[in-house]
Amino acid sequence: MSSLQSFLHMGGYAIYVWPAYVLTFIVLILNVILPLKREGQFFRALVERKKRLEKAQ
Amino acid sequence: MFEYFYKYGSPRHFYDLSKMFVPWLGGICLILLIAGLTGGLFFAPPDYQQGESFRIIYVHVPSAWMSLFIYVVMASAGAISLVWKVKVADALARASAPLGASFTFLALATGSLWGKPMWGTWWVWDARLTSELILLFLYLGYMALQTAIDDRRTAARAGAILSLVGVVNIPIIHYSVEWWHTLHQGPTITKLDAPSIHPSMLVPLLIMAFAFMFYYAAVVLLRARYEILENERNSAWVYELTEQRKG
Repeated sequence: MSSLQSFLHMGGYAIYVWPAYVLTFIVLILNVILPLKREGQFFRALVERKKRLEKAQ
Repeated sequence: MFEYFYKYGSPRHFYDLSKMFVPWLGGICLILLIAGLTGGLFFAPPDYQQGESFRIIYVHVPSAWMSLFIYVVMASAGAISLVWKVKVADALARASAPLGASFTFLALATGSLWGKPMWGTWWVWDARLTSELILLFLYLGYMALQTAIDDRRTAARAGAILSLVGVVNIPIIHYSVEWWHTLHQGPTITKLDAPSIHPSMLVPLLIMAFAFMFYYAAVVLLRARYEILENERNSAWVYELTEQRKG
């Protein structure tokens, strides 16, 4: 067995070790992406509102 | 001193500070994560009893520590916002809740993935597991309360009181493994005598814990900044920010 294979195999515990790591990183990444996306939406909405107000004048 | 406090506690300054600090905190977090993962997955030897499965420790234990730490930060920020009505403290408390809930969920889920091969079960009503589950409900309750109350000041007060009452759960979680001898193992690292873990295993764990700490610092600032923008959406300085962004 190559060293990469044996690393991925995790001594037979691969089905427990890797999901734990993958899950952790999914949750950590989502917690960064979602607020950034919300902030972007917030500013876009503000710019839209400003444009509408300028048009109305 | 109070002048200083109010200046840097003002929403506007907080926004600028957040913009400045988040990239640095995030960068340090990434470096620590790479170091901790390399150490934990490649260099640490397999455990003599648990084999390779023990490597779950490098995400499980830091998540569990963070779940408690963030709760204490959230309750303290809540207390500050309750007493001094500091808006930034309220924003930090609100921003902490989803992060704390995430880490509590991760501690439970990775613990479950570790429990299955080692204990033979995904879940057991052990004192540590049960009190950690209650912590998750405290976080979720806090978040539900924040969405349910429209008035910001009322929501801040209600949230602060809820989180302060919930603090009683923190020592219960910490000492649960000593007070009740159920399935979860006792402390390995936070003991008064020397930790019963070899440095080659301990060092990556501590690095991962610091990585999670920096992660929390970066993301809580990011989230709190958004809470502040929402609150101050009608103020002049937020309006000015849109000018900058368009240009």
